[in-house]
Amino acid sequence: MEKRELTCIGCPMGCQITVELEEGEVKSVKGNTCPIGDNYARNEVTHPERTVTSTVLIEGGDKCRLSVKTKSNIPKAKISECMKEIDAVRIKAPVKIGDVVIKDVAGTGVDVVATRNVG
Amino acid sequence: MKNYDIVIVGGGPAGLAAAVAAKKAGNDSILILERDKELGGILNQCIHNGFGLHTFKEELTGPEYAYRFMEQVFDLNIEYKLNTMVMDISPEKVVTTMNREDGMVEYQAKAVILAMGCRERPRGALNIPGYRPAGIFSAGTAQRLVNIEGYMPGREVVILGSGDIGLIMARRMTLEGAKVKVVAELMPYSGGLKRNIVQCLDDFGIPLKLSHTVVDIEGKERVSAVTIAEVGPDMKPIPGTEERYTCDTLLLSCGLIPENELSKKAGVEMNMITSGPVVNESLETNVPGIFACGNVLHVHDLVDYVSEEAARAGENAAKYAAGQTAATSDKVIKLVATEGARYTVPSTIDVSRMEDLLTVRFRVGAVFKDSYVSVYFDDKQIMHNKKRIMAPGEMEQIILQKKKLEEAGDVQTITIKIEDK
Repeated sequence: MEKRELTCIGCPMGCQITVELEEGEVKSVKGNTCPIGDNYARNEVTHPERTVTSTVLIEGGDKCRLSVKTKSNIPKAKISECMKEIDAVRIKAPVKIGDVVIKDVAGTGVDVVATRNVG
Repeated sequence: MKNYDIVIVGGGPAGLAAAVAAKKAGNDSILILERDKELGGILNQCIHNGFGLHTFKEELTGPEYAYRFMEQVFDLNIEYKLNTMVMDISPEKVVTTMNREDGMVEYQAKAVILAMGCRERPRGALNIPGYRPAGIFSAGTAQRLVNIEGYMPGREVVILGSGDIGLIMARRMTLEGAKVKVVAELMPYSGGLKRNIVQCLDDFGIPLKLSHTVVDIEGKERVSAVTIAEVGPDMKPIPGTEERYTCDTLLLSCGLIPENELSKKAGVEMNMITSGPVVNESLETNVPGIFACGNVLHVHDLVDYVSEEAARAGENAAKYAAGQTAATSDKVIKLVATEGARYTVPSTIDVSRMEDLLTVRFRVGAVFKDSYVSVYFDDKQIMHNKKRIMAPGEMEQIILQKKKLEEAGDVQTITIKIEDK
């Protein structure tokens, strides 16, 4: 039996939740005071995901950094690989919001897209 | 002197939303004055996501949220001036500006909207002992360096203060390869959102030390170490609890202060608690025709509320410029925040000028669990809402109905307080 301690991010209560896992399967969720906590804890222990935001170097535009994001959440374990790919990118202006900067980042199937216009 | 109906000081989220709302309310003579080289204000450097859930029902990054409003400003052909610093606003609503192309230019406005935002509390206002070497930045300055200018302020970082910008920068610096060693917070609770504590600190194993402060900064040319210590209930460091961290950078995330030097010159009366103007139900200051909205009025935690508030200021300014504002009556109700509630915005309500529903925003002074927000018309309790949790970092609101106030008759004071039963 594996035990995981989490802080719920559903609201400012920040309930301390204890999840019991057996062979990767959730056996119990305790400490939450509402269903949001239960749902959060189950997702967080089985497949935690995050949106990654950062900047890439842009040339020939009116700005030197272009802000970007993963178009949707990616697995938490892929964050550092994703950052390495973002760091390696060099892009040329102009770029518009939503333009794809990296396709299928870190093999997640998710694109990294621009979050601002650089002319 | 040039003439405009409405001059808006600041082209950040508040100024943009105010301009769009004023234009949609039918005003065609609007000018936005922005000191930076682009519109969007602080949102341009807030590249993380989580903006706009209330307004657009989706999670946007700061630049994307700003662009939603900039697009409207462009489409509606609203005039704006960039790289333009406002030097003075007179009580007669003459706005004096300076920029490199035009030199000094004065604008006569019928209505002025204050939307200058806020700035970070600097080291000088914090009484931190120790040397004054390079390597000490406010979290927002570090954010601008990393996200806009493309520089890393340092490699080994200690952060004082657990405001949201500090938490966001702990993650940002970590993702860019820095080692964030610790976040120290003077208060026994964090002023930041739970989501940010989990996703910016816990995700990367960065410790958060509550009831701790910086007691020494070492380094002649550049920061070389920072010592933190636990504080007692009197907020004084407890001898023997010192911990020394070698580092080259100290980031400060210790609160935001509305930027009101211009407002004061215009004769605008200030609220001591919010450090923002005192406003009435129309978000109008004591100087008729000067309105305020966004972080210059009181520091917000959600930009969605800034946009909403600014839109109301914009509509009211448009009404004022068109001479459609109802005459003030002599019956002005005072709003009082007490027993746990720290302030209210607005501070007064003239029922004859009030809309059918009026949002009153306030903050609490401590963490309250399973407590009640109570509203009294003079001595009579008219609202008693249970809240599972309230914290100083989260703005609260109540909605007042004009109908109820009219029914209640001669109300002198509306009191908001926090009660435990």
